[in-house]
Amino acid sequence: MAVIEVRDLTIEYQLGGHWYPAIHQIDLTIDTGEIHGLVGESGSGKSTLGLALMRYLPANARIASGSIRLDGDDLVAKRPEDMTRIWGEKLSLVPQNPLAALNPSYSIGEQISEITRQHQGLSRKAAWDRAVEMLRQVKIADPHIVARRYPHQLSGGMLQRVTIAMALSTRPRLLVLDEPTTALDVTTQAAILDLFRDLIREQGAAALYISHDLATVAQLCDQITVLYSGEIMSTAKIERIFHAPLHPYTVGLLGSIPRHIEATETRLPTIDGIAPSLTDRGVGCVFASRCPIALERCHQEKPPLEAADQGRSVRCHRWREILAGEVSVITPPQAMIPTVAPREGYVLRAERLDKTFDSPSLFDRLFRRRAASVRAVDQVSLQIRARSTFGLVGESGSGKTTLARAIVALDPADSGELTLLDLPLPRHLDQRGREALCNLQMVFQNPNDTLNPFLTIGQTLGRTIQRLDGRQKTASAIRARVLELLQAVRLPETYADRYPSELSGGEKQRVAIARAFAANPALVVADEPTSSLDVSVQAVILNLLKDLRAEQGASYLLISHDLDVVAYLSDWIAVMYLGQIMETGTPSQVYQTPSHPYTEALVSAIPSPDPSVKRAIVRLEGEVPSPRDLPTGCRFHTRCPRKLGSICEQQAPPMQDAGWGHLIRCHIPIADLITLQTS
Amino acid sequence: MIRYLIRRVILLIATLWVTSMLIFGLTQLLPGDIARLQLGRDASPAQLSAFRERYNLDAPPIEQYIVWLGGFISGQWGVSYSSGNPPVRPLVFDRLENTLRLGVLTLLLSVPLSILLGVLAGLRENSPIDSLISVFSLGVVGLPEFVTGIVLISVFALGLGWLPATSLVRDTYSLGEWLRILILPAITATLVLLGYISRMTRAGVIEELKKAYVRTAILKGLPYRQVILKHVLRNALLPTITVIALSVGWLIGGLIVIENVFNFPGLGVLLVEAVKQKNIPVLQAVVMVIVFFLALSNLIADLLYAALNPRIRLE
Repeated sequence: MAVIEVRDLTIEYQLGGHWYPAIHQIDLTIDTGEIHGLVGESGSGKSTLGLALMRYLPANARIASGSIRLDGDDLVAKRPEDMTRIWGEKLSLVPQNPLAALNPSYSIGEQISEITRQHQGLSRKAAWDRAVEMLRQVKIADPHIVARRYPHQLSGGMLQRVTIAMALSTRPRLLVLDEPTTALDVTTQAAILDLFRDLIREQGAAALYISHDLATVAQLCDQITVLYSGEIMSTAKIERIFHAPLHPYTVGLLGSIPRHIEATETRLPTIDGIAPSLTDRGVGCVFASRCPIALERCHQEKPPLEAADQGRSVRCHRWREILAGEVSVITPPQAMIPTVAPREGYVLRAERLDKTFDSPSLFDRLFRRRAASVRAVDQVSLQIRARSTFGLVGESGSGKTTLARAIVALDPADSGELTLLDLPLPRHLDQRGREALCNLQMVFQNPNDTLNPFLTIGQTLGRTIQRLDGRQKTASAIRARVLELLQAVRLPETYADRYPSELSGGEKQRVAIARAFAANPALVVADEPTSSLDVSVQAVILNLLKDLRAEQGASYLLISHDLDVVAYLSDWIAVMYLGQIMETGTPSQVYQTPSHPYTEALVSAIPSPDPSVKRAIVRLEGEVPSPRDLPTGCRFHTRCPRKLGSICEQQAPPMQDAGWGHLIRCHIPIADLITLQTS
Repeated sequence: MIRYLIRRVILLIATLWVTSMLIFGLTQLLPGDIARLQLGRDASPAQLSAFRERYNLDAPPIEQYIVWLGGFISGQWGVSYSSGNPPVRPLVFDRLENTLRLGVLTLLLSVPLSILLGVLAGLRENSPIDSLISVFSLGVVGLPEFVTGIVLISVFALGLGWLPATSLVRDTYSLGEWLRILILPAITATLVLLGYISRMTRAGVIEELKKAYVRTAILKGLPYRQVILKHVLRNALLPTITVIALSVGWLIGGLIVIENVFNFPGLGVLLVEAVKQKNIPVLQAVVMVIVFFLALSNLIADLLYAALNPRIRLE
């Protein structure tokens, strides 16, 4: 039975006095017990649509036409005052970024219980007890204690459980989940997805799961709708869309996800171009400008959303040809610029790096107490071969970013040795020469924050060229180098005169990469370079990084929480946990047995974009321990599913050699690990 | 929370100590011989040395400082240089009492009014109400106190004759008589504070309304009033508390202009007189009292801030 039924819904935004459709003639039905995935890139309108289902619109938006029926009751006609009786009672939101979505000034218990007090008229005491019970249902240990905590005291995973408890506490009819796992680590995400699946089924609610991540949708949802530029491109049962996608956009999205099984000699298929802006949609298919198989007709005439086979619908003029296999959307893997084999010798060596953060307060200083300190990086050694990529993976709090910042001296290490191109590299930035600065550059996570908004791209790049090149350069020489760099990152020359605000996220990241390459670096440290980008853009950046490595002969230290991204690009991988490297080896060594139990859990937590893939599931219990209070013995023992016994709690495990340079820090003998992990 | 309190009290004492050194050091740097400045050009050497003896001016500065600080802490604040040598403590305390009366009344008027205006403006950002409130509150901030003060006097005291134009203070006044004296200076001070506090409140409300938790609260189905009063204001008023605490310092020591216009016997006028006459014992005492109240109001503001903000409270 349909819980929510959307017909012909059009939502418009007001921009400069005109109304433009952001959501265009949407039909959507979600039945009881169904989890419906809504997928699209940023700007596709998926969050707008999700919130519109709750009859919640931004101030500059309006519902231009259509109906939203909740159990047959049309919400479009309702006034905001009427909605207060439906919001929280029948419609609940599980928000993105739970820390921002919870009020910092009220306890968790208060924030959950005010809903049942409001809608079910429960007394303060009864509502509190119900809140504690809900926390227990979302599998939070010690719910009595957690209920009295405040949002800033809990981890991201815990907070997301709290928002689920909150949303479910009135047993709503429809749950809207707005990218609820985007900010979480894979291991936490896996546990949260399990929880969603169980609770939604159990309560018989319907759910709309909004995500840019096809893989989590594949693992969670029954039905999927792909949104592009505010229009539905296709809808289908989950298995059908993943195994035989009909729309070129869906095909492109699925293709651009890096998978570690792929040979690293091929390029990732990409979707070139950018989505049309709200104000300029044209008359044809909205996807035509980026479609690899667009015909003249596609630019002239908008295709209707047609019913195809088995309950699928698709908006494409050529879906019959795609179904019949007469046309291939993905161009055959392009020849990669041949990867140059890693050279002998190392570009960077780090020996026993240590980084401890302590923040003694005035009080601590007055009474000469020892402040609580955080050992973020603990005796880490690594070697990066010339012309290779060294991938560093780990959950948040593993110390991977701190390690990178210590290497580039943004937060100098406390002790340890660094060697760059066989020359000693001082730990502090002010002691490093210009040569070292040129050779060691960094690309940051969020390109929006790293470019000065008041400088053109040309000025930004020009400054770097001027600073890093010792000699005074003429303006024309700098200009020539700027254009050369833009060309290297595949941006048109006209971009030199643009400002960052005129660029998309992916383009800004390309500029950031160009900046890092301004002085022909030997090593580029890239900290989560694609994690703030859409998958289709991520594929472009990953290809570019690969090309640049071959063309410019640089090496990368690539940091990511995404094992597949790291594996796609890296020759060598290290897995970090609480400041230590737990395992290191080639990607295939790390992915296959034997591996460290932590790596095993990480790999098994990666959602596969193929819904039929059911991996042997190893789930981690509990939270990452606080680095202020490190576990004794093996740091992983508190969460290790393969813990041996007291030896793990008492003795630090040895680095065992599994052959061919593959090292595992574990008490379990290599032979036993192989038996355990293959059985 | 107890640890936090202890830490803050230690900081308060440290602040007062640093102030005492500063004020003492600065009075040491005053040019000229204090004894001659006070007694005049015709004073005999005997009179001069008697004066120095009396105020311990011949001792090394460090010793003078220790003796002064010790006296100050134990309540012996010495005597004034001015004729008759009245003791400093009752003099300062009398004025402090008047100032506190005026300050408390000003806070009672200005805080609720400016928070109300700020919230109204913030909730309807860029609406006619917002513009009206903004123009009014910024307009009165721009007017100097002596202008608003004199206008108020001409209208309510000289024109309508409802209230006295000057503030003759007697110990025997009843509450009603006090109010008659205080109301005009308090309104003048309120008009100065109104702009600062209401702008801060408005900014706080606008800032908080943009946050994601407000949407969460709305989508919980809570009534609008509850969303605003319970969720938004709790966070939006935090910065306002700091501004109010800072204005307490101004009310204690900075009302010089208003006190002058209304001829009100407050601490500000006493401070200016002490500076003009190089009356160092009075000057030191008044500055210490002002700094004490400033630090105390900041302490109260911080405690209030911590009580309302769990992120600080539990660290």
